[in-house]
Amino acid sequence: MNSTTIRFLLNGEQVEAQADPRIHAIDFLREQFELSSPRVGCEHGVCGACTIRVDGQIIRGCLMLSMQLDGTKVDTIEGLTAAGEIADLQEAFVARNAVQCGFCTSGMLLTGQDFLTGTQTVSRAAIREHLSGNYCRCTGYEAIIDAVEAVAIRRGIQVTREPS
Amino acid sequence: MNAPLTEQEQESITRRTWIGASIARPNARRLVDGAAVYIDDIRLPRLLHVVFVRSTVPSARLRRIETAAAAKAPGVVAVYTGRDLAETIAPMVATLAHFKGMKAAPQPALAIDRVCWQGEPIVAIVATKVRLAEDAAALIEIDYEEQAAVASLEAALDPSAPVIHPELGDNVCFTREIDTGNVDAIFSSSDVVVERTFRFPRHTGVCLEGRSVIGDYSASDQRLTVYISHQAPHMIQDCYARLLGLAESAVRVICRDVGGSYGIKTHVYGDELATCAISMLLKRPVKFVADRLESFVSDIHSRDHRVQMRMGFSADGTLRGVELRDFLAIGPYSVYPRTSVVEGNQIVNIAAQWYGHQAYRATMVNVFTNMCQYSNYRAVGHPVAVGATEGMMDVAARALGLDPIVIRQKNLLRDDAFPCQTPSGMKFEAMSHHECLQRIAKNMDLPALREEQRALRQRGVYRGIGVISMIEITNPSAQFYGVGGARISAQDGCTVRMEPSGSIVVLNGAGEQGQGTETVFAQVAAQAIGVHFSQVRVITGDTDMTPYGGGTWASRAAGVGGEATWQAARELRQNLLALAAIVTSRPAQSLDISESWVIDRLTAEQITPLSELGRIAYFRPDTLGAFQAELCVTRHAVPKDYPFTFTNGAIACHLEVDVETGFIKLLKFWVVEDCGTILNKQLVDEQVRGALVQGIGPTLYEQCLYDEKGHLMNGNMVDYLVPMAFEMPDMEVDHVSTPTRSTELGAKGAGEAGTAGAPAAILNALNDALAPFSTELFDMPFTPEKVLRALGRI
Amino acid sequence: MKSAALEYERPTSVAQALALKRHWGDRASYLAGGQSLMPAINMRLNAAACLIDLNRIESMRGIALEGDHLVIGAMTTHAAILTSELVREHVPVLIQAGRYLAHTAIRNRGTIGGSLALFDAAAEWPAACILLNAQIRVEGPDGLRHHPAESFVQGLFNRSLGEDELITAILMPKQRSTDRSVVLELARRQGDFASAALMATVLVTAGKPTGLRMVFFGVSDLPRRFETLESQLLEAIQAGHLTDVADLTRTALLREHVVADLYHSVEMKRHLCGVLASRALRQLLAPETSE
Repeated sequence: MNSTTIRFLLNGEQVEAQADPRIHAIDFLREQFELSSPRVGCEHGVCGACTIRVDGQIIRGCLMLSMQLDGTKVDTIEGLTAAGEIADLQEAFVARNAVQCGFCTSGMLLTGQDFLTGTQTVSRAAIREHLSGNYCRCTGYEAIIDAVEAVAIRRGIQVTREPS
Repeated sequence: MNAPLTEQEQESITRRTWIGASIARPNARRLVDGAAVYIDDIRLPRLLHVVFVRSTVPSARLRRIETAAAAKAPGVVAVYTGRDLAETIAPMVATLAHFKGMKAAPQPALAIDRVCWQGEPIVAIVATKVRLAEDAAALIEIDYEEQAAVASLEAALDPSAPVIHPELGDNVCFTREIDTGNVDAIFSSSDVVVERTFRFPRHTGVCLEGRSVIGDYSASDQRLTVYISHQAPHMIQDCYARLLGLAESAVRVICRDVGGSYGIKTHVYGDELATCAISMLLKRPVKFVADRLESFVSDIHSRDHRVQMRMGFSADGTLRGVELRDFLAIGPYSVYPRTSVVEGNQIVNIAAQWYGHQAYRATMVNVFTNMCQYSNYRAVGHPVAVGATEGMMDVAARALGLDPIVIRQKNLLRDDAFPCQTPSGMKFEAMSHHECLQRIAKNMDLPALREEQRALRQRGVYRGIGVISMIEITNPSAQFYGVGGARISAQDGCTVRMEPSGSIVVLNGAGEQGQGTETVFAQVAAQAIGVHFSQVRVITGDTDMTPYGGGTWASRAAGVGGEATWQAARELRQNLLALAAIVTSRPAQSLDISESWVIDRLTAEQITPLSELGRIAYFRPDTLGAFQAELCVTRHAVPKDYPFTFTNGAIACHLEVDVETGFIKLLKFWVVEDCGTILNKQLVDEQVRGALVQGIGPTLYEQCLYDEKGHLMNGNMVDYLVPMAFEMPDMEVDHVSTPTRSTELGAKGAGEAGTAGAPAAILNALNDALAPFSTELFDMPFTPEKVLRALGRI
Repeated sequence: MKSAALEYERPTSVAQALALKRHWGDRASYLAGGQSLMPAINMRLNAAACLIDLNRIESMRGIALEGDHLVIGAMTTHAAILTSELVREHVPVLIQAGRYLAHTAIRNRGTIGGSLALFDAAAEWPAACILLNAQIRVEGPDGLRHHPAESFVQGLFNRSLGEDELITAILMPKQRSTDRSVVLELARRQGDFASAALMATVLVTAGKPTGLRMVFFGVSDLPRRFETLESQLLEAIQAGHLTDVADLTRTALLREHVVADLYHSVEMKRHLCGVLASRALRQLLAPETSE
């Protein structure tokens, strides 16, 4: 099939649009729905700037075809902001200055939220590991780790300290 | 000359209600909410997209370029070669008069007749969608007549290398020599002379947002609006106007959110320039966004150096003389307009100059190659100068049997030795090397780390500690570029105005790319005027709106832009008090402003709100008699006393080397940074951290690897290794504060110090870890294989 | 880097997928998780005109216990494998490998079938399949076959997977509870493909080591066992005299096909294999080692 209409849930709203097979999910969301938080950083699947959530799982949007969004539930930062789902994480990022240029931030927030969801205990090393697939050039990562750790504590998740 | 601070104002700075506070950035909110606006987010009617076909070879004559098929492809509106654009775009010649003897060839925006580096843009394809332009790109045919390429520093230094620009005579772009004249005598009479060769790898910025620009030419207004991801909007306005044959006033440059820059986006790139030229020709907006693969072969590269350094000491550890020979390999052109020689020039100016020796000789040779174009990147030159200098100090410490801290204590310029002039001619205002060194040793509990190191060595675990001292150029004056004829502004201007409701608007010529500059300006203005921080709105990044300014680079925004803000806001406050005097019928000296109220200075009684002053000034001037309220003030600031405002600091690295695998694990970093008055501690600390990791990159991971023919072998995100979260350590940041007296705020810059010092700290920590094996490494990046070879394991 | 024009097919059964591939021939590529294919598509390095998306073929997903095997559907994601209780209980070496495997977002889409179709020299699943002597189920126009993992790929141009064939499942033998396994990877950065890596099991019968299997990956053109080395080391273990494992390994590898990469010479690869072998055996034999 070539271009075809797909239907999916986008940030809580049922939508439909023409999807061209050659277009990846990020370009599709940006062009068809004028969303700006899903963005392109490398198109190799390495940098994590394109991270979006599909059917509750974080994925690399640049490695997914727009066609593959058919029948799925897609969440981007715009939707999460409107729904207030990560308000504490966003607040922590601003307070701790875990965001500088902001280009990696969509991916960092979604990955951070993914990490904190359904988790009972975390450690700084585990936070670093979970975020190890998201490239940031500005912060040096420590502020981001701090922000995620702070939110973990506020959510009642146990933070274990490693020996130095 | 500005009026001296009143006692009241002095107290205000000292009180530091807003200045110094770690206020969160209001403009970070849109970044976390998904509401940022980067260039690619901007949509304009009838927008076209340009894609560039780039050279796949490093050196060739262009025999034939076939574009007919591409021009007819679906969605394609136009195809341009370098020749097609030659009438619209003047070639760029990046030389500056104060770099005596420097040579550079004219660089076209798109290649004409020849290509000089793999990645040089050759053809521009304009279409309604990027993907359609890329489809058409596949139809472009280019016949290359390949020529031998100069593919490395060593190749370029070889006298038999092909000369890239025959009209220049050879491949030397620039040489420089500094010689105090007594170096040979000093070395002859030194008890210990140590010498080493350091290798710093060519690497690149890898900004997460690729270079991006929209050229939007209005034929009706006869104006070009440039939306660009960049650090210096006024510089772009000037350069683009001249290169495109437009009046300066016909060009407007707008910078929105910038997704990372670090100096990569302070230059003029041919592809971005061509995008704007194309907009002029098509009379439609045209957008270019560099993708990741093309970024690796078109963003400027940096720091490709071989440094030989020699130091002569007396037996008691006193440093007596320093000699340095720096060789660096740039691209085939000098990058416009800052040139490609600043980096090497800075190295010879600053290497070892924070020590007390009086004999110094430095030579620098900067050569052209057919590798990617090359220029200034964060901490320009400092990582090399500090890396070599501090590496040598530890080499000397080992040779002399001295502790690395002790050898530095013996030789660092004393904290009371300022102001002074260095052997290289640098003027230092005031530094705190000894205080920083003492503080860092305390913060890291150095004796405990040494004890632990000893104990772990018994168990075959090899940890290393590296402590370094450093300086950093910030707040440059016109000595940096202006004196050479560059139209790059060292001054900055700020307009501060009060709106009728009492809120404050600040417009500043320096902007931000995430550093928090706008927040700092708001803090300064709020403090200066007497309003709550939330009452201040900041506008930057628009040449139509802000006063003329230099932009953000060389860690100047807070120091220079901030000072302009302070001066303008102070003046506004005086004007408000003058107005208040009329309105309240009280003497101005008896009044003050606090929390947006005019108050009695002695009793703090609230008298009238600023909003009332606004109402009267703007809507009831008939009640003011002869008095004219001026609630919009512009002031400019430029560093005048010193060519550069130097900061200083100490950085320490603690790491562990797995001597079986060669893998290095970074355990922790400490920094004690003296950047003068701190305007926002959290923002400064985060600049230090980000800069540190950017310095870790090329020390352990990053390198642009070229084959012997001049092809980049690892120009993608899988093979070019950038630091990621798991391998990075926590970094403790502390400060000493020696304000500069050349501004009232006393703020120096802070954005680059971490990058300047991290390589040196890691180098010394690594060699400290390997000391039991009597081996050393100076060839960065320190890959596991290099470590194992140094250990003789392979 | 935008992909070229593409057509897209979305079969819902293996039979449909095979028919589509037969129709398109080499102009179509199967799309599994896309974590390796899509970068190539984005960069126009893969010239496929059509992508046949396998993600809607439910029969290719899932993990089931069948006798002494786990049958893992080819379209089972890395994430599903790493969170499976069946895998944890019966093939724990896969869980041990999981901590090195890419990153969460990649694991949520990448599949074991896709990994085996590519058979990257540095990937975990091909190495694990060789280690455990897994069978790779392949379906094609001529029906269904099982290939031993070890001979599935014998070189860059010698692949058992035919043009029209599809990997549909992997039969992973259960690890016996007495066997011990270890996975060690050395990578420059967490989640990267390994500079050198080793998966090893010691087979233990009646308390005695009776077998040693070691798969080195990231060091050759394929994940490889070096059987001479395995015999040497097993002998030494059984004799209770295991020393100089690293040297033995490096020496054995002098005769084997070790391949350099952008950052590591052949000597470096061999050296790292020696270190890995030494560390792996120390872990596997903890109470028994005499090193």
